[in-house]
Amino acid sequence: MNALNSLMDGFGTALSPLNLLWAALGVLLGTAIGVLPGIGPAMAVALLLPVTYGLDPVAAFIMFAGIYYGAMFGGSTTSILLNTPGESAAVVAAMEGNPMAKAGRGAQALAAAAIGHFAGGMIGTILLVALAPTVADLAVDIGAPDYFAIMVLAFIAVTSVLGSSRVRGLASLLIGLTIGLVGLDQMTGQQRLTFGSLQLADGVDVVIVAVGLFAIGEALWVAAHLRRGGAEPIPVGRPWLGRGDLRRTWKSWLRGPFIGFPFGAIPAGGAEIPTFLSYVTEKRLSKHKDEWGKGAIEGVAGPESAASASAAGTLVSMLTLGLPTTAVAAVMLAAFQQYGIQPGPLLFEREPELVWGLIASLFVGMVLLLALNLPLAPVWAKLLRIPRPYLYAGIMFFAAVGAYAVGGEVVDLVILLVIGLVGFGMRRYGLPVLPAVIGVILGPNAEQQLRRALQISDGSVTGLVDTPFAVTVYAVIAVLLAWPLLRRPLARAAGRGRTRSDA
Amino acid sequence: MTTPADTSPEPAPDRAGSPAPERRSWLRDHSELGVCAMLLALGVLVLADALTMDVDITQRGPVGPKTVPIVVGAGLLVIAALLAVDVLRGGRGEAEGGEDVDLSEPADWRTVLLLSGIFLGAAALIEPAGFPVAGALLFWGAAFALGSRRVDRDPLIAAVLSLLTYVVFDKLLGVPLPGGPLMGVL
Repeated sequence: MNALNSLMDGFGTALSPLNLLWAALGVLLGTAIGVLPGIGPAMAVALLLPVTYGLDPVAAFIMFAGIYYGAMFGGSTTSILLNTPGESAAVVAAMEGNPMAKAGRGAQALAAAAIGHFAGGMIGTILLVALAPTVADLAVDIGAPDYFAIMVLAFIAVTSVLGSSRVRGLASLLIGLTIGLVGLDQMTGQQRLTFGSLQLADGVDVVIVAVGLFAIGEALWVAAHLRRGGAEPIPVGRPWLGRGDLRRTWKSWLRGPFIGFPFGAIPAGGAEIPTFLSYVTEKRLSKHKDEWGKGAIEGVAGPESAASASAAGTLVSMLTLGLPTTAVAAVMLAAFQQYGIQPGPLLFEREPELVWGLIASLFVGMVLLLALNLPLAPVWAKLLRIPRPYLYAGIMFFAAVGAYAVGGEVVDLVILLVIGLVGFGMRRYGLPVLPAVIGVILGPNAEQQLRRALQISDGSVTGLVDTPFAVTVYAVIAVLLAWPLLRRPLARAAGRGRTRSDA
Repeated sequence: MTTPADTSPEPAPDRAGSPAPERRSWLRDHSELGVCAMLLALGVLVLADALTMDVDITQRGPVGPKTVPIVVGAGLLVIAALLAVDVLRGGRGEAEGGEDVDLSEPADWRTVLLLSGIFLGAAALIEPAGFPVAGALLFWGAAFALGSRRVDRDPLIAAVLSLLTYVVFDKLLGVPLPGGPLMGVL
């Protein structure tokens, strides 16, 4: 029951009037930015990062939690009312949500999504409270070889599980690792890839890389292909649910989290797979099979709840192992590093006020989200009408603010543009952006752990695999690498198993 | 591992006539080889930088500052080669879609160049002219480049947004931004 006590302390932190204000501000900002078409949660979080620079870490992360959940929620509003999801996790919400909106049931779709987010987030965060301290305890003794193994796992997972092409994923990862090399070597002070420049000796700030790849890269990419006369959003009233809809959705809300949470915690691409799985499950269990594809409310409720819970699952591996499994988690990890805090098993011991304040504020943020978003939905929907030139000009503007705020140096803006152009090229040629960001964030750290591990073992490579933990992680990596070979027979077996258990 | 070739955003011109356009269309079809060239160049750069490092005895532990760059550089070379093979076999990176992205039209390079120029201009202005001015010009310029021509509304929105951002960040959130001469007057 130790976790409960800590959580109560966390609520003490999160519910102080000032922190409550930061949480509310974060939720509002996050929803507003997330609703804007073309801005997914990762870009929203990266763009809003500078807002928290002047705050102390606890307040900053409380605000950050609000931004995260707000942005996720805002994204589903976009896909329901505009049918053009900005990120893969929101694709499923559009499949049933948009037909509902077209049929004049947009209010119900939004309500099902909002309550789904609330339910998924609540259950997911409760699971986080229950699991995270245990995981942290188990992981507390892990040393350099184990950390290195975890980071290799993150690299492999992000390049082989996500995206359609491994080569392109690896290319992206290597670009990220290269950017991470720039600067002084942390152990010897040796200059690497600085070409004698003093500015480069400090390295390239992760925030600049994230903002450059996510925001500037996206703005330039859209600018080159701007759709003339874009989709018209469907007008919507205040969200509400009738009794019949409630009867249909409550089970979906409760089922979603148990699909979403486990997938969030493992490096398998965040909400993409679980939302789809939830959709398929709901479709199979639905009594209104004829409505699917034309606007079945369960198809909004279940996946949205799963998405929200997977966000909580993401936090388990991010906080306890320092392992980011999604783009948003990667940006959050960058934010932690900004404050000189290293997420990992020791985080719960060293920064209890921060961690538990953050977790408690997730609950607070969820309540605020539900309370704010149900009545404000028509206002948010108006944001969808923003003229596209203003939207992308605004993205460039705030990206510049963020990059300049990092260190107050003009050269950072030039680096930002260069990285933005790299991001543009990556979008053009189908190189996923996430591996590069993960490479920049984890690369330097992985190198340090590798060198520390080899220092302990005096150069012997066996020093990397001398703990059961590390061996387990490498086994997982081997499975991931062999996955394309295993997938087909496994899927066939699973398909057979599922139909049997259903019958 | 690869995506179908028909997702390439540039519609391949199907006027097969004289050899010159044919070669051009081959190059356009295989423009992804440029990515391989970039990766190759990056790999060479990383390797050259690593190999010219003069590491003295300050090195602690068996793995010095050179090892990881060498691995990364070699990795870049290998990936450049693998990607080239993939492209020549007909693999294509799928251009990213999005809410406001229309891939049926060829890329509009003018806008991209204009945006980059405006961004650099604003970056150069931020210190002499201050953030409110540079930010407003950035927003207005970017909106203009993206096709907005409301001369009455655009500058006003840009000025308000920039000034508001300056006040909120510099005064309320404690993130310092240069005010410039204008803020000195106000």
